[in-house]
Amino acid sequence: MDNVGIESRWVEVGAVDDIPRQGARVVATPRGDVAVFRTLDDAVFALDDRCPHKGGPLSQGTVHGHAVTCPLHNWVIELDSGTARDPDEGCVNRIPVRVQDGRILLAMVA
Amino acid sequence: MDTHMSPRQKLVVVGNGMAGMRTVDELLKRNPLKYDITVFGAEPHVNYDRIMLSSVLAGEKDLEQIVINPRSWYEENGIELITGDAVVSIDTTQRTVTSASGRVVAYDKLLLATGSRPIAPPVPGLDLPGVCAFRDIADVNTMIKASQTHKRAIVIGGGLLGLEAANGLLRRGMQVAVVHLMGTIMERQLDKAAAELLQRELDERGMNFFTNGQTEEIFGEGRVQGVRLADGREIPGDLVVLAIGIRPNIDLAKAAGLTINRGVEVGDDMRTSDPAIFAVGECVEHRGKTYGLVAPLWDMAKVCADHLAREDAVSDYVPAAMATRLKVTGIDVFSAGDFIGDETTEEVVFRDAARNTYKRLVLRDDKLVGAVLYGDAQDGGWYFQLLREGKPLGELRDTLIFGQAFATLASGAPAADPTAAVAALPDTAEICGCNGVCKGKILGAIAEHGLTTLDGVRARTKASASCGSCTPQVEQLLTLALGDGYAAKPAGEKPLCKCTSHSHDQVRQAIVAQELRTMPAVMGALGWTTPDGCHVCRPALNFYLLVAWPGEYVDDQQSRFVNERNHANIQKDGTYSVVPRMWGGLTTADELRAIADVVDKYAIPTVKVTGGQRIDLLGVTREQLPHVWKDLNDAGMVSGHAYGKALRTVKTCVGSEWCRFGTQDSTGMGVKLERMTWGSWHAHKVKLAVSGCPRNCAEATIKDFGVVAVDSGWELHVGGNGGIHVRATDLLCKVTTEEEVLEYCGAYLQLYREEARYLERTAPWLERVGLAHVKARIVDDEAGRKALHAKFLYAQKFSQDDPWAERAPGKAAAAPFRTLATVE
Ligand SMILES: Cc1cc2nc3c(=O)[nH]c(=O)nc-3n(C[C@H](O)[C@H](O)[C@H](O)COP(=O)(O)OP(=O)(O)OC[C@H]3O[C@@H](n4cnc5c(N)ncnc54)[C@H](O)[C@@H]3O)c2cc1C
Ligand code: HEM
Ligand code: SF4
Ligand code: FES
Repeated sequence: MDNVGIESRWVEVGAVDDIPRQGARVVATPRGDVAVFRTLDDAVFALDDRCPHKGGPLSQGTVHGHAVTCPLHNWVIELDSGTARDPDEGCVNRIPVRVQDGRILLAMVA
Repeated sequence: MDTHMSPRQKLVVVGNGMAGMRTVDELLKRNPLKYDITVFGAEPHVNYDRIMLSSVLAGEKDLEQIVINPRSWYEENGIELITGDAVVSIDTTQRTVTSASGRVVAYDKLLLATGSRPIAPPVPGLDLPGVCAFRDIADVNTMIKASQTHKRAIVIGGGLLGLEAANGLLRRGMQVAVVHLMGTIMERQLDKAAAELLQRELDERGMNFFTNGQTEEIFGEGRVQGVRLADGREIPGDLVVLAIGIRPNIDLAKAAGLTINRGVEVGDDMRTSDPAIFAVGECVEHRGKTYGLVAPLWDMAKVCADHLAREDAVSDYVPAAMATRLKVTGIDVFSAGDFIGDETTEEVVFRDAARNTYKRLVLRDDKLVGAVLYGDAQDGGWYFQLLREGKPLGELRDTLIFGQAFATLASGAPAADPTAAVAALPDTAEICGCNGVCKGKILGAIAEHGLTTLDGVRARTKASASCGSCTPQVEQLLTLALGDGYAAKPAGEKPLCKCTSHSHDQVRQAIVAQELRTMPAVMGALGWTTPDGCHVCRPALNFYLLVAWPGEYVDDQQSRFVNERNHANIQKDGTYSVVPRMWGGLTTADELRAIADVVDKYAIPTVKVTGGQRIDLLGVTREQLPHVWKDLNDAGMVSGHAYGKALRTVKTCVGSEWCRFGTQDSTGMGVKLERMTWGSWHAHKVKLAVSGCPRNCAEATIKDFGVVAVDSGWELHVGGNGGIHVRATDLLCKVTTEEEVLEYCGAYLQLYREEARYLERTAPWLERVGLAHVKARIVDDEAGRKALHAKFLYAQKFSQDDPWAERAPGKAAAAPFRTLATVE
């Protein structure tokens, strides 16, 4: 579920170029770590940095297409929805992202 | 139809084995309504593929995978199955059978399919615990259990069955001795030359042969302890497997008064001397012959089913030539027909010592009557076809020995098409010998059921479902039928991952042949279906490119698995472990002090001494990593690569410097090896060890490359590993100097880097390519060895940078470890 619309604000967390292509960086928040991904085609996504399986740090996984493979047991999570790809089942919280002039903004619950 | 009005008759089957159930299967196809069927099986199981017990023993299949007919099959066909209850008598006048549990069942028709029994040698000790045969699931369970608790096995009998048993036990980590009565093994299936080649190869794999060995006694107290031979030789062992042959199981038929000789005598219609009783399988004797392979049983099953289905059937069982293959992974042996020959035959022999292959064809009156193939049995099916057809060879004769591809080529068919060979076969050509499935039937099933996979063909036709040696031909038929719709894979190899239809080997070859130097180039040229691959293919491609283009290809960090990207092992809570390199397992007070300081400073929760003779710091967070590394770097330590598909450790013992048994400086040798090899990337982890004498305290014989010092130099051992399936090394060779140890080691590792599929450790790689191949490249070919070593050293120039130093705090490469931002 997206958080926008409840009580949220856009917070700048850094530049797109701070994240390697096919990579991710971590943003610390009061609700726990958030993984911010940059794909090969420069799309940016943000998910809670906790795999729905056993909490593995998705930020350290392998990014391919618009998906990330968890480093602990190879679940594949879709970046745009946060859902696990078949045959696994699960979902991780997705954080809305905006990119303005190469800067990354995350929608954080107030 | 004769069943239309009359009530169903009763068919009782004695023996729930391969021949019995195949006959029932064939009968159901012909007339599913004629009989109420009751099946008695002495074993407490459903019908399974006995042939595949060898694969179960070798750990390649499990019991569920070898079931032929599950219980549901019996239920769906209305068959009453009584397992674990043997029939003990037949009353041929009342037409009833009685089982061990006292059950009495009446029959109109009776089918005997009781198979055969292992022959027991006439020696004392057969009743000792730890003595078993190799016939059924219970025997396999006995062997598997013994392999878990005991070390030494003795197989009596060096025929097909004995060698498959020996191979399975070897694969399960036992030391195996094979006692064989004759001078050469498998003398009933192979000629002397092929038998000797086979024996040499099995010997290299670790089997110990005692040929001309007449077993006199199996001895032991409480459990078997060994075997004594007539010539006085004594072999210690905790498991003895009897595999000296089989004898038709005729007790029941004999007691019932049926005509018997060696087996239950049957006519061409598979009827015994009592017209209401049929017999099929290994229990029968037909025209003076008994059988021990499944192919003839399938023919018997068809004929018997014809006669069970219709009283007026006319079909006759005609014995056909038989072919055998040894089911030992990685060894190709085939024989068929009359391969020994006599004064009326001619033979054509072809040896290729370099490829370790041998072929011998036996001809009579311009017809092929026998064949023995060793090392490359691909053409076995083709020769067998020619043999069964029995047509005059004519022009084919001159090129026959070179195999089907060549013959097809000579006949002007397009050469490059690998399916041409199988395309040229007639529809009646038998493809699957185990299940008697011909080409036409397979193509028919593909068309009728829209099959696109090997598994589909297996399920529909049973072709390639038993011993699997016809898999390449079945795949070629799929290619023939579907064209590009079927991605042909050489030697049963799977695609690298879901993004491609190419196998590891194909990708590797393309990288070199087409000079593909970047990952996008590979994916583009080979038609990847995804934009940037996946977590399976990217690490593999990265490795293949690094090996192919050292110093040129830029290692892609984003294609590395987390541990290799972060240069530390991720733990289940997302923290990491840090292992500094300790050269040859040596350390100093300063290093230990620095480690202690790091542990205190970063409050590292766990410190553990590893099996690789160094120290593991566990529970370091991602953000701490560059700082911990810097402190260790400052004290002179570098990354131990304990996280990588890379050289891990070189374990050593103290050797001649301190140890009273030591013959050489094993520690010093280990340090030199580690200095040469550290930082090298491989298809999987690689561990080395050096022991100072054959007591082998550094456990060098379970390492990827192990060195054991002896008085006169160094023994080099290869292809060992610990883990779930422990594999002891094979001896590569002995060398004299430290320089040679380094050269052989570098060359061996480079060969492994160039040939192994990603994530294939040295042990399976070695088993796949064969020790003989590795010896040929590393030991026999001096120039080749030096070239490989030079390539290894050249690649090392680019990989011996300490990854920790490159990621020191403040450097750009350390950025990914920092948190990007903190939101309050
Ligand atoms: C390990 C191994 C590997 C083999 N590999 C190959 C190979 O690669 N190629 C090949 O062609 N062949 C191979 N064979 C041989 C092949 O398995 C046999 O030829 C085939 O199984 C014989 O079939 P059958 O039905 O005659 O006997 P079985 O399959 O032995 O069936 C007979 C059944 O009858 C039961 N029975 C016996 N007496 C009674 C009774 N009184 N009441 C009830 N039930 C009874 C037995 O328990 C048994 O289950 C192999 C055999 C073994 C053991
Ligand atoms: C991701 C999984 C694994 C991790 C993170 C891991 C990590 C380690 C580490 C850090 C060491 C210490 C080695 C050193 O000092 O460099 C070690 C040793 C060892 N590991 Fe693993 N390992 C893994 C999987 C395995 C597997 C699958 C096997 C068996 C096939 C295995 C068998 C061993 C053995 C036998 C040793 C001792 C090595 C020696 O004595 O030289 N490990 N492992
Ligand atoms: S292997 Fe030999 S030299 Fe090395 S420590 Fe053991 S006994 Fe001593
Ligand atoms: S925690 Fe992510 S796959 Fe298991």
